[in-house]
Amino acid sequence: MGKKIHVSTTINGEAVEFLCEARQSLLEIIRDTLTLTGAKEGCNNGNCGACTVLMNGVPVDSCLVLAVEAEGAELETVESIANEEHLHPLQECFLEGAALQCGICTPGFLVSAKALLDGHPEPTEEEIRFELSGNLCRCTGYDKIVRAVQAASERMKEVK
Amino acid sequence: MRDFEYKAPATIDEAVTLLAERGSEARVLAGGTDIIVQLREGLRKADLVVDVKKIPELMSLAWRDDGGLDIGGAVPCHVLYNDAKVINAYPSITDSAKIIGGWQIQGRASLGGNLCNSSPAADSIPSLIVEGATCRIAGPGGERLVPVQEFCTAPGANVLTEGEMLVSLALPPAGESSGSRYMRFIPRNEMDIAVTGAGAWLRLGEGGETVEEARLALSAVAPTPIVAGEAEAWLQGKPATEESFTEAGDIARKAASPISDMRGPADYRTHLVGVLVKRALNGALGRARGGDRNPVIPSGINLC
Repeated sequence: MGKKIHVSTTINGEAVEFLCEARQSLLEIIRDTLTLTGAKEGCNNGNCGACTVLMNGVPVDSCLVLAVEAEGAELETVESIANEEHLHPLQECFLEGAALQCGICTPGFLVSAKALLDGHPEPTEEEIRFELSGNLCRCTGYDKIVRAVQAASERMKEVK
Repeated sequence: MRDFEYKAPATIDEAVTLLAERGSEARVLAGGTDIIVQLREGLRKADLVVDVKKIPELMSLAWRDDGGLDIGGAVPCHVLYNDAKVINAYPSITDSAKIIGGWQIQGRASLGGNLCNSSPAADSIPSLIVEGATCRIAGPGGERLVPVQEFCTAPGANVLTEGEMLVSLALPPAGESSGSRYMRFIPRNEMDIAVTGAGAWLRLGEGGETVEEARLALSAVAPTPIVAGEAEAWLQGKPATEESFTEAGDIARKAASPISDMRGPADYRTHLVGVLVKRALNGALGRARGGDRNPVIPSGINLC
């Protein structure tokens, strides 16, 4: 086993510390050490987006970030997008619109879609499909996911 | 994957010292979107990973007094295409940055990394070539400058010697009456590797009807990204028309020496060179005449 490195970071608003080997990915640490199992390992090579988290507000594939690189960063995972009383409109719309089947891609889609709508509240369908192209789904054929993102965008407009 | 040491030096000198000490045992880590996959799959090796993201010059995006831009080697793609000034000055580069991988990749991946990975199909390299980029390289022997079209030497290989690292890419000031465009052919709509890619830059002469100067570069049709020199020379002084661009495309085909692989046969790639050069020149012309410089979201998908 390799030498362990001490990392201090912030995740979902909380200060967190952990030990890891240099070779361990952020995904591994989030899931196995921090037990935030929302982010999933789909491919481990940056293609499927099931491991998407926000790092300093930017969507990244956590399988391609070394855990040591999280030092000093602010991380957000899918576990943070609902508030204490309500699901996020995206989560509501995904459920209502049946935008998931096995659900393994869903956490990644939710994180990416939330980042999209936060930065770009009224994306066109083309923009939704293009910006979410880093998230793959084997079950749904994407239509219901796209419609759920559109519905969430409408719902978030109403709330404001 | 095999474990490695991790160091994150704060200066170029420290990084160069580490790289020179450890030679082929060490690899630079910028965005990680190529190197981490390669280390995991055993395609490249490292006993020491040198994270360069704590070095200010590697992460900086700095406009020089002469109006040009220095892009740090580890600046992520998303920083470039979210910067209106960069889009306006070097639209072919932001075209490329927007289509390398997907959003999550662009959150980390850098042009410097794309260049140092040195794939013949790299999307950023034709744009960097046509925009006239120069590589600033630091090493044990000091610093040197290399024009970007000379950087790659073979698939996966480049001019960096042991101990050297790319610091930044220097772009010349963007001139008046010029425009640029990068586009590629891929079988999907996104998240793919170029079957053929073409970068075009042109400057219009007085009156805006002729091509005063053109630059053309191609990806995925040779062991390295290449310049289509004959077509560039031919375009000089020609009317900026569809006809000229079609002819330029035909000439550019001669510069290509593609292979057939799982992404496509060689003759199709050669055919694509002509098509993409013509379209990229059209795109560059539109921008030279004041058209939209924002990265084009590829379309051709079936909407709900």
